[in-house]
Amino acid sequence: MRKGTDVELLQNLGDTVGKPLIDGDSRMSCSKVDVFYNNNNQAIFDISVDLGKNEILAMIGPSGCGKSTLLRCLNRMNDTIEGCKVEGEITLDGIDVYSKNIDPVLLRSNVGMVFQKPNPFPKSIYDNVAYGPRLHGLARNGAELDDLVEESLIKSGLWKETKDRLNKPGTGLSGGQQQRLCIARTIAVKPEVILMDEPTSALDPIATATIEELMYELKSSYTIAVVTHSMQQAARISDRTAYFHLGRLVEVNETNKVFTNPEHELTENYITGRFG
Amino acid sequence: MNTQDHISKEYNDELEQLRAKVLNMGGLVEDSFNDATKALLKGKVQLAREASKEDYKINALEVSIDEDCSNMIALRQPAASDLRNIFAVVKIVTDLERMGDESEKIAKFTAELSTNSHSMKFYNSLKSLVQNTREMLSAALDCYARLDAEKALEVLELDNEVDAEFINVNRILTTYLLEDIKNIEDTIKVMWCARSIERVGDHAKNICEYVVYIVKGNDIRHVIDEESRQGREK
Ligand SMILES: Nc1ncnc2c1ncn2[C@@H]1O[C@H](COP(=O)(O)OP(=O)(O)OP(=O)(O)O)[C@@H](O)[C@H]1O
Ligand SMILES: [Mg+2]
Repeated sequence: MRKGTDVELLQNLGDTVGKPLIDGDSRMSCSKVDVFYNNNNQAIFDISVDLGKNEILAMIGPSGCGKSTLLRCLNRMNDTIEGCKVEGEITLDGIDVYSKNIDPVLLRSNVGMVFQKPNPFPKSIYDNVAYGPRLHGLARNGAELDDLVEESLIKSGLWKETKDRLNKPGTGLSGGQQQRLCIARTIAVKPEVILMDEPTSALDPIATATIEELMYELKSSYTIAVVTHSMQQAARISDRTAYFHLGRLVEVNETNKVFTNPEHELTENYITGRFG
Repeated sequence: MNTQDHISKEYNDELEQLRAKVLNMGGLVEDSFNDATKALLKGKVQLAREASKEDYKINALEVSIDEDCSNMIALRQPAASDLRNIFAVVKIVTDLERMGDESEKIAKFTAELSTNSHSMKFYNSLKSLVQNTREMLSAALDCYARLDAEKALEVLELDNEVDAEFINVNRILTTYLLEDIKNIEDTIKVMWCARSIERVGDHAKNICEYVVYIVKGNDIRHVIDEESRQGREK
């Protein structure tokens, strides 16, 4: 392991250590991604990382290190931020998501996002889930839409609790239920990838455990990238863990390895809670 | 091994105290082994009786260190080198406690000897078995104190010598048995002592392996055995 102060370590930071890239087929791929906010403020530097099929990638690191920034690049949420510039290449199933003929709205249904604060629309539970399928014309008739809503609520573990109150407002659910509703809304449009930005930071431990369990279930059908400030959560749920530091991707390794024997000292300092 | 301080000072203090306790326990074990083997070599029954008096302290420390470790795992959720450190400590204290037991056995058999061992023929080979094991034990504890993995890798090789000496002692003891039937009782007791000394060498070797694990993160247990086995087969 390299030794030195964090500043020295950062100055000598070479390529990301560990295994940022996947040997086999990856679902998404970032290659040399830089992101600038207004006035050319660079937020992330030269990031290359793959998201494997059916894997959960946890993204950890101190506040402001660029986790959300990278996550937002993956489904072009950054397009909505004025002055934000993305360089490098990001692909989904080998197709460049920033190429001109990609419709960002369609991309976002393929690469869905769940936010820190549950944000159901001020509509009924049913309409929250049906919103996306209606927008993208995924159901041919009412019966098909009903099925799709039911299927999504079952997958997100919310069906039992809501099947008798589908017409009640989504905002009337508990925080944990709202978050599962948002996940149901995301999977209703049949995405390939689900991005989650601190999805449980507003939830109690039981609701958190339910969401984590759900992520584990969803893994068999989707690729998941999750930003979390909870080391234990990253350790519990993810297959690989990526450690970000001041806009750099320092290390990506199997989660087991990161939490028992990380390769980079910056990672070690962060996960053991040492002074940087 | 990470030498930077934690953000939580309390956590830092806990880890430091844990280390101090292990070193303290190591010191007690070393003393009791040294006293027991000294009594054996010098044939001092009184010393042998005193040697095992400290064993209760060793046992109490084992229990207390185990409890500290499980508390830290539950409350601090240690990761990476901290996790390896705590995990290794749990293992190290088990080996230390066993060494305490072995020393107790040596002391007990020594107290029961009817003749002084130095009047016996195998005295010299027993002496060098003791000497080498003492050195190995002290070096192993030193490696833990300094978290010196390179040194630990050297020290654990000494176990081969200790094993070879044990075989040698046994061979001499066997001939001694054959020479005179009157020797049987004492010889068997000394054999048990030699066996205990050799076991202390094994435990010291384990400690060296844990030191390597703490520092480097790889588990070398049985790897070396396997390599030498393959070496022999070639
Ligand atoms: N919309 C924005 N406009 C300008 N700068 C931004 C914007 N969003 C993020 N940044 C800057 O980019 C850097 C990375 O921010 P980002 O939100 O990606 O960090 P993060 O790792 O998600 O942090 P946190 O853990 O606090 O959510 C920060 O320096 C931040 O100030
Ligand atoms: Mg963020």
